[in-house]
Amino acid sequence: MEQKLYFKDYNEALKQNKLLGLKCRACGTITVPPKMACRQCGSPDMEVTEVKTDGKIITFTTIFVGAEGRESEVPYTVVIVELEEGPWLMGNLEGIDPKAVSIELIGKKVKMSTKVFPGDKYSAGETARPVFSLVN
Amino acid sequence: MKKVAVVGVGQTKFSGPQDKTQVELFAEAATEAIAESNLKPKNIKALFLGNALGDFEEGQGMLASYAAENIGCMYVPANRYEGACASASMAVRDAFMWVASGYYDIVLAGGIERAATMGTGMATRTFAMFSDSRYEFPSGITFPGVFAMLTYLYSKTYNVPIQKLRERMAKVSIQSYRHGSVNPRAQFFGKNADMTVEKVLGSFMVCTPLTLHDCCPFSDGAAAVILASEEVSKKLTSKPVYITGTGQSSCGPLINQKDFLPRIRSREISSQQAYKMAGRKPEDIDLCELHDCFSIASLIASESLGFFEYGKAGEAWEKGEAEIGGKVSINPSGGLKAKGHPIGATGAGQVYEVARQLRGEVESENQVPDAKIGMTDTLGGDCATIVNIILERGW
Repeated sequence: MEQKLYFKDYNEALKQNKLLGLKCRACGTITVPPKMACRQCGSPDMEVTEVKTDGKIITFTTIFVGAEGRESEVPYTVVIVELEEGPWLMGNLEGIDPKAVSIELIGKKVKMSTKVFPGDKYSAGETARPVFSLVN
Repeated sequence: MKKVAVVGVGQTKFSGPQDKTQVELFAEAATEAIAESNLKPKNIKALFLGNALGDFEEGQGMLASYAAENIGCMYVPANRYEGACASASMAVRDAFMWVASGYYDIVLAGGIERAATMGTGMATRTFAMFSDSRYEFPSGITFPGVFAMLTYLYSKTYNVPIQKLRERMAKVSIQSYRHGSVNPRAQFFGKNADMTVEKVLGSFMVCTPLTLHDCCPFSDGAAAVILASEEVSKKLTSKPVYITGTGQSSCGPLINQKDFLPRIRSREISSQQAYKMAGRKPEDIDLCELHDCFSIASLIASESLGFFEYGKAGEAWEKGEAEIGGKVSINPSGGLKAKGHPIGATGAGQVYEVARQLRGEVESENQVPDAKIGMTDTLGGDCATIVNIILERGW
């Protein structure tokens, strides 16, 4: 069975700041990022949809010890954002001082843009990554 | 299903970077377990071996077949299990299934890892391979980063002020260090028994809010257990430790676990399977070696296992309810925090500790009084693989 939305197409769209997801015809749940079966009910009967990128911060951390090859990026802040339509997305938070983050970030509204992780020798190519910033 | 007993256990000292190869480390643990079982390598019908990152640690794949041949287990099936940090527990659980089915009567299970040998940068990169490579790692998420995010989420969900939570987490590390300091095979044997809340909170920040002393170390080490049918076990030992319940559950990336976090749904399902199979309840468990890869992980695990109420585990630690002789003795070995975490070996190391506890063979300071029922809990990746095993005295 063909998957309705593959990584490749999701990734290409994300690079253009467009977030694609899958809407379940059985239960209405939006699944992002793409997979074969609905994250809620397991049905494969889903259609591609553009997902709104507004959301709020669920949790975060500022990382001071990075993986080999990414040491120069530290410190940086990783966030999980809940999008308005339900799914959680992992990305980075920029436009803040990563050393000064606090739990007050949780619940703050964010908007999304993207950057590209160029990949390393293990990662089978580049990958777009969501980058969030606070909405005042 | 046949009853299955642990008839012998073995383990290397868990340590930082060291010079023995993976095959050599496993041989040390396996031959100890085989000797303790009054068996010979030729009696072993199969080897099930946990190993998460051998490819990166030594450039060695298909480690199980080399490990079997090295100790003289010739021409037996030798399977590698990879479930990140839960690898060895998957191997032990499947070994249990094969013996319970009656297909094999004696199986060697265990695990090996040389995570410390890789060094911090490479270990951090390879451990991050257990997050979603397409949809999570591009953000730069690391393994401690996952539990750091769960810490803030825990604070928010259960309305425990973050500073209070961090102090309670520090007390988890302090208890583990104290236990590990008297365990001769622990990575921090003889160390850190004088740890304080101030020292934990003031140590190097790995990723907010987790400091160095909130995190388990990178470790090298191996562990092995021999499982035998009840019939065979009676000929080998007067102290068989029966595996009475097991469970295993998996799920996807962290972001898809949104309906439950910071509860770990796969752990709830896995442990309930194990309790049901054993006919036991959380309050029946005398001791539990649980997956404390980070101090917050202890709190989260003990709640999902049913030992403490959600959001209350930190208070339980403060009251001594998780201490040796408390409501449930948690990680009397020192746990991953102080005993060490050679990831592909960790689960077998937990079974090693529980079996020795039930047989009354650990150092007197760490011995749980009259321990009859023990449990292991092992977590792989972003909470995506969980294995639980319940073990009971057979005499």
